[in-house]
Parts: sequence; structure tokens; C-alpha cells
Amino acid sequence: MNDIEDRNLDGRRQFLKCMAWAGAGTLWLMHGGVLRAQPLTTKGAALAADASFGFVQISDSHIGFHKAPNMDVAGTLRESLAMINAQKVRPEFVLHTGDLTHLSRPEEFDTLAGIMQDARMGKVFYVPGEHDVIGDNGAEFFRRFGEKQQSGGWYSFDHRGVHFVGLINVLNLKAGGLGSLGADQLAWLKKDLAALSPDTPLVVFAHMPLWPLYPDWGWGTDDSNEAVSYLRRFGSVSVLNGHIHQIQQKVEGSITFYTARSTAYPQPAPGTAPAPGPMKDIAPGDLHRYLGIRDVRHLQGSHALAVTEEVMS
Amino acid sequence: MKRVTRFSAEMAALLLSALMLSPVNAASASTKPVAVDIRNFAFSPKTLTVSAGTRVVWTNRDDEPHVVVSAGHQFESSHALDTSDSYAITFDHAGTYTYYCAIHPMMVGTIIVQ
Repeated sequence: MNDIEDRNLDGRRQFLKCMAWAGAGTLWLMHGGVLRAQPLTTKGAALAADASFGFVQISDSHIGFHKAPNMDVAGTLRESLAMINAQKVRPEFVLHTGDLTHLSRPEEFDTLAGIMQDARMGKVFYVPGEHDVIGDNGAEFFRRFGEKQQSGGWYSFDHRGVHFVGLINVLNLKAGGLGSLGADQLAWLKKDLAALSPDTPLVVFAHMPLWPLYPDWGWGTDDSNEAVSYLRRFGSVSVLNGHIHQIQQKVEGSITFYTARSTAYPQPAPGTAPAPGPMKDIAPGDLHRYLGIRDVRHLQGSHALAVTEEVMS
Repeated sequence: MKRVTRFSAEMAALLLSALMLSPVNAASASTKPVAVDIRNFAFSPKTLTVSAGTRVVWTNRDDEPHVVVSAGHQFESSHALDTSDSYAITFDHAGTYTYYCAIHPMMVGTIIVQ
């Protein structure tokens, strides 16, 4: 019994070693709204040291999911958080871009909150996914994880010169439609951004993609065009979404859109499967290659954000 | 001639049983539940035509949860249907009932009750 435990501990050490900052990963550097990918080498480390601050995005932890290819989504979330804690420069906060839970059940929210607390994540900003608002329009989610700035649940904050906006696009969905922001939230967003100078870096985050990524699978937001029209006058805009359990990117002028990996299970690339459900046929040893976290560092003296994708392998 | 006789006998038997049974029993005896499968993020059949009094049973065959919601609030919404979970509604009144999945709203189906 002891032997087995020791071996497990060894395996875990090995795993954490693999997840170290200098390990496998890609450094994304954004210059004037255009992303450049670099291998995570000494140059990456130097850029990380230059950063005025960093934050991490995690997404789609789907606590409560217990099927192929991941019978232990709580375990893979814990591993993701351990990766965050293993960073040399401590990220100043975490964004969770939704689908904390699989079925909005109180015990799933409890588990998620417990894991975040155990990992001493510090400040975590959440936005709900459609899996977090089932049956109660998000009442339980907002009670536990909401920022309680606006009655609709959306919010904004400033951090070291960067303006962050958390949007809700998983409520009041219409039959046949995609994600939805709604008139009230759009009016608030317009007002929230009005006073900002165009050289303020913006980070806008929401669960569903804020661009028509693949509407056939519901991957988009019906009224995202209106929201994006408010962002165009800014010199550096990063839009961070989850929902699709894989990395997709798009650059539109000074606006760069990203979607994040899930900490739970991957979904197929657009159109490559009959439906966007979990990819079940992943070999047990390969799952970590599909999961991960995103580390974003704001570089001092520039308006660029360096985005690092770190896979869990 | 023989066939006609048998037909009449069947009709008479049906008529007799319909007269003897209460209206509620008559409805449940004449209609059996009709299934709608939820598979690959779609309702199948997408459009279903049934007679009034039919019980429609949705069953989720996906690994992803789905929620059955009436577009016009014409019937009660389901809870989150996990894999293999079912939800049933008896449609007593004629009409067209459009519904969708609350968490994947591009999934739309229609029940036509005659």
C-alpha cells in the first residue's frame, strides 16, 4: 500500500515538473493588437520578468462531469491550479470564464469553491457559462461567485492601467439563437467604456465566444457585433472566452479574440464531428495535452499583453 | 361479404368499449407515449405530430446535458437532463408547441398537437 502511494507521489512530482513554467508551452506576444507566438524559452522568461503584472485564465471546469474522457474533473482542475501556483511570478488574479459546473447543482458549486479555496487562488473573477445557470437563471451562481456590481451580473474593474470587463452572454437565450448580451448590458457597456481614453488596454471576458466562431454549433453571440463596435476605438483589446474547450483565435484590427482550453475535457474542432460534445476517444495518457490554462502578462511600458498557453503535459 | 362483417364487428366492439370507458381511460387507452430522442445536439424527430392527449417523452442520448424549454412558455420546462434522463409532457390541447434547449438554443423542435 505504501509502495503504491509512494509511486503515485513520484508520478505527481514528475507531473508537476512537466508543468513548470519553462516546460512545454507557447508564449503569445501581442503588439498593437497582433499576436505573435514564441516558444517558451529564456526570452519568454525575460519578458515575464518585464511584465508589470500577470493574470491567468482558466475555463470550463465542468465540476460534476464524470464520463469519458475525464472521470476526475476535480483532479484536473486541481492540477491546473497547481500549475498556476508553480509560476515563478505569481499571477495577481485568476479569471474563470464559465461553466464552473456541469449541471448548476449546489454540491457542484460547493466542490468548485472548495478546490479554489484549498489551492489558495486568491482573487478569482468569474463569469457564468450556460451550465451554471440551469433552472434558476444563475441565481445560485451570482449569489456565490458574482461581483454584485450590476443587477444583471456584469461588471468591470481597473487593474494597473488595464480596464477589465466581465460580460454575461448565457442568459435569456432565444430559440434558434446563440449567446446573448441583451439591450441593458449593451447600454451599460457603452457607458462603462465612454470615459476611457483610447489608449487604455482593454480585456473583455465572457463565456461564449463574442464573435461568430461556428454558429452551426451555437458558438457565437447574437448581439456581439454591437458590443465589438464599442471596442473598436481602443488601441489594444483582448477578448477572452471559453465554451468551446479549445484554442481558437481571430484578429480584427486592434481586437484579438481568444478562446481557452477547458480544465475538464476537449471538444472537437468546428465541423469535424457530428456535434460539439466531449471528445470521448482520447487515450487516457493523452488527455493532459488537451487541457490547460492561460497566463496573461501585461508588459511594462507597452500596451501589449503577452499570452502564454500552457498545456497540462 | 365476410370481410365487411368482420369490420363491422370491430367497429361495434370499439364503439362499445369507448362508451363503457370513462373519457380519461379512453384517452390513455388510445394513445401511447411518443418518444423524442435528443442526440448529437438535436431533437429527433425535429417535428412531431401527435393527437391531443398524447404523452411525449424526451430522452437525452448525449453525453452533454440538455434542457427542454417551451419557446412560448406553453408548458413547463424540464430540469437539466443528464445522459439517459427523460422528461415527459402530456399535450391535451391542439396547437403548435415550439421548444428549444435552454443551454444550446440552436437546438429547436416542434410538437404539433391535432
